[in-house]
Amino acid sequence: MIHEFKKVWKQYTIGMLWLLGLLWPMLGIHPDGTLTFQKTVTVWSYLLAGSLVCLMIYVMKASGSLRFISTPLSRTTEGLKSATAAFPSWVWIMIVLGFALIYPQFAGRYGTDVAINVLLYICLGLGLNVVVGLAGMLDLGYIAFYGVGAYTYALFNVTYGLAFWVCLPLSAFFACIAGCIVGYPTLRMRGDYLAIVTLGFGEIIRIILNNWMSLTNGPNGILGISPIGIYIPIFENGLTFEHFWVKKLEFFYYFALGLAIFAVIAVRRLNFSRVGRAWESIREDETAAELMGVNTFIYKLLAYAMGAIFAGVAGAFFAARMKFVSPESFTFLESAMVLCMVVLGGMGSIPGIILGVIALIALPEVFRELQSYRMLVFGATMIIMMLFRPSGLIPAKRMGTRSEEKES
Amino acid sequence: MEYFIQQLINGITLGGMYALIALGYTMVYGVIQLINFAHGEFFAAGGYVGAIALAYFAGVGYMDSHPVICLTASFLIAMAYCAYLAVGVEKIAYKPLRKNSRLAALLSALGMSIFLSNGMMLTQGVYDKVYPGELFQGRFDFGMISISYLQIMIVSLTAILLVSLNLLVFKTKIGMAMRATAQDKTMSALVAIGSNRIISLTFAIGAGLAAAAGIMYGLYYGSVKYDMGFIPGIKAFSAAVLGGIGNITGAMIGGLIIGMVEIFGAGYISGEYKDVFAFIILIGVLYFKPNGIMGENIDDTRV
Repeated sequence: MIHEFKKVWKQYTIGMLWLLGLLWPMLGIHPDGTLTFQKTVTVWSYLLAGSLVCLMIYVMKASGSLRFISTPLSRTTEGLKSATAAFPSWVWIMIVLGFALIYPQFAGRYGTDVAINVLLYICLGLGLNVVVGLAGMLDLGYIAFYGVGAYTYALFNVTYGLAFWVCLPLSAFFACIAGCIVGYPTLRMRGDYLAIVTLGFGEIIRIILNNWMSLTNGPNGILGISPIGIYIPIFENGLTFEHFWVKKLEFFYYFALGLAIFAVIAVRRLNFSRVGRAWESIREDETAAELMGVNTFIYKLLAYAMGAIFAGVAGAFFAARMKFVSPESFTFLESAMVLCMVVLGGMGSIPGIILGVIALIALPEVFRELQSYRMLVFGATMIIMMLFRPSGLIPAKRMGTRSEEKES
Repeated sequence: MEYFIQQLINGITLGGMYALIALGYTMVYGVIQLINFAHGEFFAAGGYVGAIALAYFAGVGYMDSHPVICLTASFLIAMAYCAYLAVGVEKIAYKPLRKNSRLAALLSALGMSIFLSNGMMLTQGVYDKVYPGELFQGRFDFGMISISYLQIMIVSLTAILLVSLNLLVFKTKIGMAMRATAQDKTMSALVAIGSNRIISLTFAIGAGLAAAAGIMYGLYYGSVKYDMGFIPGIKAFSAAVLGGIGNITGAMIGGLIIGMVEIFGAGYISGEYKDVFAFIILIGVLYFKPNGIMGENIDDTRV
């Protein structure tokens, strides 16, 4: 253990001193011409203590001192794994589904609200997964398609009074068109140019939503969007259908659940189809894929449009739930958040993304008093995941060892 | 005509700032082929440190007696701080990922950008931080055209920095080592150029220039904000791409063009859409002339 510690202490000390030097000018220099050290040292010592604990765990793990914990732990997980393998996977899916179905009965209003958020973000995350996880293109303007979907429903509903179920395909359609418009000129570019161009397009769409006063009402947003309406059969005197607005959160939860289940099934089917294999071949080696007869441009465009469709549908649900849309909901940070969920859970892995969404939506709700640290933690999560576990919490099963080109 | 010249002067001022930021992008991309998303945050951090230093000098009282020394000191402090920040950021978030896929490094850079901007928010507050505004109040008036002292200061300082960077890169041994590393890491390692040190140096120089641009931005617009690095960052990246990424002269020219286009677009077409013009240029350049106007200068296998 001492040996392992000797290897890292120098870097660690330099790193912590660097941090101290970084923090002091931000916290210790005051405009009234005084210099203080107390606050800096306090903040720094918290960070020091926290990182020291992490370092100790790391060192002990590397030296094997934690074997008395890790051995039984791995044995338990092995046991759990063999126990879960005893049941076929559909049993587990049924259990999860059953839990999801009865969840609003005991969760209360707030819990249901969070759960709806989780479900919408699952749809978004899976859509982004098609682009980033399957086709291997970094898309930083993804939330713009969510915005297009939401605004499509909002505008058609408020201006023409169209119902939700008519607007849902329209939302998907317009998001798809937007995806193609963005994708067509950009997809011939190199991987990292694509990232910044999609970022630019995302900002353009947000700026247009913000400034086109006559259509979108600008930063004030659109109010008075009607909720989802459904017809319920009533058997009292013959068969009649009664119109019913889904206003209660619990009912809306079931629609969001349906959306999430649809997204999971669709992405899974896509992943294991010919199209999904083509995407994965593009991700692993684009030149080789093209050589094998995959029309890379069409498939990349398809991935882009498909991701946009998921976002558009989720956007329509979002608008129906909030009954209000404004450009504020579709900023770059939202894109980064969805991306962080995908990265945390594991690119290309459906259970991973569901876990990632739950972790990044539900956990901040639990630690509400630390709300302002949320984005900080998101950023740090992305860096740490990339450094220590680039394939995510639950790695995808079919992921090559190389992605894109290696440095020569 | 007066309006046109006035806009031209404003455009040069803004374009100079973009050029300074774009240089960091282009140098880093030239050396390690990575879009350093956190570069915009170096710019914002420079603005903040400049504001803090100027406020401190004003608080101590040096500001009234020696304004020029205080301003120079603030510039130096901010540039040193950002260089220091950038070297550490490179060591933590980019160096371990140099052998990994590009997507991993890009995501790490993006995470770093979010982390830094929120770190600044937590230490400095959500609201705008006001710059001491009494500096450079005067202006020259030529009929309808007016040039403020501040604009003259910004343009001349930008010019000095750009010229000295050019001298550094093209006339010194260090610059030669940087160019060699950008072209071929293996070969340059064989002739005893430590690529790690050169990469750190590149980050430091880029961040220092961005910090100078940050202070100028703060002085010019009067305040800084924790998320101000984002949009200028993308615009400066557009400038780097426009000039041909990896090409230092190209980044300077690209920055000036982007600044001009933004100012003229805002002046003659629409002020609300001023942020859109830079993106349209970026997309257009990448679509029609991906090598930029001055040509690329990187060792990079095309996908």
